[in-house]
Amino acid sequence: MVTSLFFYLFSFIITSCAVMVISSKNPVHSVLFLILAFFNSGALFVILGAEFLAMMLVIVYVGAVAVLFLFVVMMLNINYSTIKDGFQKYLPIGLLIGLILFIEIILMVFSGDLLVNQNENTLTNLPNTHQIGLLLYTDYIYVFQLSGLILLVAMVGAIVLTLRDRTGVKKQNITDQNSRKVSDVITLVKMDEEN
Amino acid sequence: MLVSLEHYLCLSAILFTLGVFGIFLNRKNVITILMSIELMLLAVNINLVSFSSYLNDIQGQIFTIFVLTVAAAEAAIGLAILVIYYRNSGSISVEEINKLRG
Repeated sequence: MVTSLFFYLFSFIITSCAVMVISSKNPVHSVLFLILAFFNSGALFVILGAEFLAMMLVIVYVGAVAVLFLFVVMMLNINYSTIKDGFQKYLPIGLLIGLILFIEIILMVFSGDLLVNQNENTLTNLPNTHQIGLLLYTDYIYVFQLSGLILLVAMVGAIVLTLRDRTGVKKQNITDQNSRKVSDVITLVKMDEEN
Repeated sequence: MLVSLEHYLCLSAILFTLGVFGIFLNRKNVITILMSIELMLLAVNINLVSFSSYLNDIQGQIFTIFVLTVAAAEAAIGLAILVIYYRNSGSISVEEINKLRG
């Protein structure tokens, strides 16, 4: 009873947050509602027994992705008054396609028995994180390494894309510094003692 | 459990539809489109975790980790492209991005 109450509470908050994300006038508000939606999804994951993923969702999404969004929104100087101009134009087609998609998914959900492949897990007495670790570092080790590679490529790509050479900025040139010799820079001048 | 798998699947269907709807609605703002994509990926994650929980199979949660990774990488690259696009053109409207049309 309490579980279902919390499920309805969290899912209501998630749904209303999603509506606010796509309809909010100010992108900063959208990002903040997105953060709230992620927090409540983390709570749903806890209800489902996936504690590790709940924590990971909060850390990765709220800690990294949402902050990145907030950073970009505040960095770009956008005129917010013109941003909702095409709202009315695309409303009917979006509503139509969204409705068709939703009906299709719901029909698929209720079309048959979804739990036919239920298997007897032998590891259910272990904690959730332990189970994930046992599978992730054995059967899925190559995929795990590959996801690390994806993150590396994304990091390098983001840096390469946003790096720019600005003229007129004083910068450190390591090669120039290392190739300097004492004889090039310092000259000893002999002076008379009387002066 | 009183909450069945269908409840979670309906929630994820609603969330996914809202994400698609957001892409159609916000044609002037690429940032909101990227946030809609994040909402859709969140719906997929809820789907995977609920199936994993109700089928007693931990593999769904493994795949959620990979979806999370790809989502983070996609957000980083997308926002980097957005920043350089804004630097070059001064706007983030999708309707004006048609320079590759030839």
